[in-house]
Amino acid sequence: MRRFDYKLIEDLVPEGATVLDLGCGDGELLAGLIAEKHVRGSGVEISQEAVEACVAKGLSVFHGDLDEGLADYADGSFDVVILSLSLQQLRRPQMVVREMVRVGKLAIVSFPNFAHWAVRGALLVHGRMPISRELPYQWYDTPNIHLCTVKDFRALCRRERLCIESELYLRSFERPSPRLRQPNVTARIAIFTVARCP
Amino acid sequence: MTEKRHETTKEIGDVATTLGDDTGSAGIVRTKKVTVAEPPAVLELEGGGRLGPITLAYETFGTLSAERDNAILVCHALSGDAHVAGRHSANDKGAGWWDMLIGPGKALDTDKHFVVCANLIGGCSGSTGPASIDPTTTRPYGTTFPVITVADIVNSQVLLLDYLGIDKLLAAIGGSLGGMQVLEWALSHGDRLHLAIAMACAARQPTQAIAFNEVGRQAIMADPNWRGGQYYGGPLPTKGLAVARMLGHITYLSDEAMQEKFGRRLRDIHDYSFTFRADFEVESYLRHQGLSFTDRFDANSYLYITRALDYFDLTKGHKSLVDAFRNVPTRFLVMAFSSDWLHPPYQLKEIASALRATHKHVSYYEVASHYGHDAFLLEREKMEGVIAAFLASGARTYCPREGCAA
Repeated sequence: MRRFDYKLIEDLVPEGATVLDLGCGDGELLAGLIAEKHVRGSGVEISQEAVEACVAKGLSVFHGDLDEGLADYADGSFDVVILSLSLQQLRRPQMVVREMVRVGKLAIVSFPNFAHWAVRGALLVHGRMPISRELPYQWYDTPNIHLCTVKDFRALCRRERLCIESELYLRSFERPSPRLRQPNVTARIAIFTVARCP
Repeated sequence: MTEKRHETTKEIGDVATTLGDDTGSAGIVRTKKVTVAEPPAVLELEGGGRLGPITLAYETFGTLSAERDNAILVCHALSGDAHVAGRHSANDKGAGWWDMLIGPGKALDTDKHFVVCANLIGGCSGSTGPASIDPTTTRPYGTTFPVITVADIVNSQVLLLDYLGIDKLLAAIGGSLGGMQVLEWALSHGDRLHLAIAMACAARQPTQAIAFNEVGRQAIMADPNWRGGQYYGGPLPTKGLAVARMLGHITYLSDEAMQEKFGRRLRDIHDYSFTFRADFEVESYLRHQGLSFTDRFDANSYLYITRALDYFDLTKGHKSLVDAFRNVPTRFLVMAFSSDWLHPPYQLKEIASALRATHKHVSYYEVASHYGHDAFLLEREKMEGVIAAFLASGARTYCPREGCAA
């Protein structure tokens, strides 16, 4: 079963676009984009095993650390730059978002929403750091060091003078969600499409 | 430039046999020789000279498929040779220089692939080089041998493939100078190369590497036995060549690897000798490496091959590296090694980035290793997975002739 967040991202990517997937993992999203949208895609991934998995899938992938930036990438060299569920693991998320809109004409950023009611509840009711399917780690071993909420990301976009082209929300990885009211409370996953304002 | 196969070539020596004996070994192999660029043909060199006839020493492993679509060329580095895998006899103590990657079930699987490796022209392990006899004078070439380039080396390999009846390579793979040959292959003969695996090299020889090579050459030419390169039949410039090799060897290691391997350990003594004998393990090791190298390597070959390295610059004649790669159809895997200070990862990233700039198929892979430049000869476990994956996924996109579905 294809992950629904990937399906939504696929729908956002134009046919035949050039795509850079930052933190592409084993390349599942990228392989899907090549198969479904005939994109010319390339990934960046820090894990040696994941890079090998991408190469086995026949993907173009760069073994590297996003926190070092995208200095080797020319301005506007990709139609779309994707950051799927990796924002919260970056040491320098603001710099990476800036780089995404420099290198890409369009940036797609998905992240777990830290203001979801279950997260709020864990803190409010139990007084413990929340653990969920999206955030399955203990506070002391989590790679998720820069968590944010839907409202936080909108604020970052304002600060960086980025125009939000679309906001999509998910209640789960498996099912499409109806238009969520109060997404900052009800969405587990948010998918933002942003670009430099004209 | 490519001559009609079989007509201008002849085979010398034995046909090699590859026996699958112990598991994973490429078996017993013999070095074969072929003569190419025989009159009236000749190899036109980048520097304007001409070379011919040319003897090429080469080894092959596995079987060329009926479709001739499973050939992989291995390109060797400065001091390598055609003996890339397997053993020369059943009681041969050492295996070929990349035996860890080549054999049945290995990354370059000889059950599936036909692997070819040839000694460089300009070398001294069977192929025509400065120690060979110049047919016009019937004396060794010495320094009358023409200065050759990486492009010339690659063009001689093209003649070998023509002879072997291989129109298109599935892959070419190599590290260091071998990696540069792979890049040159893609740039100049991309229509005959589907997959390129270039490791521990650069798109142009970096300044520091030219500097090291120059010191090595000066050591050789300062040896009184070098005598302008016409030393054959007399005493050899072994001192100079040994010093060149010692310096080279340092550049192939790393600070960390040297610390770990030798530290400040003394050699068979408890205290300093207060002389200039080789007190330290590292001194003794380098002296041994230098001297044993002179048993198997020709000093003039060292001059010629380091020159070919120094002249290597893919951007020559192009506006930029991006521009140089613009029409290359080959798919690339570029591999760097973290502690390589001869060709640090940034030099391989430069290659991969230039390819990516025009959305070529390219992957960049960095092996975490403390072995320095030599890591490409040592880090089997960290390399074999990605190499095998690249060959397997690349083979699925391979169309060696018109008409097949890529």
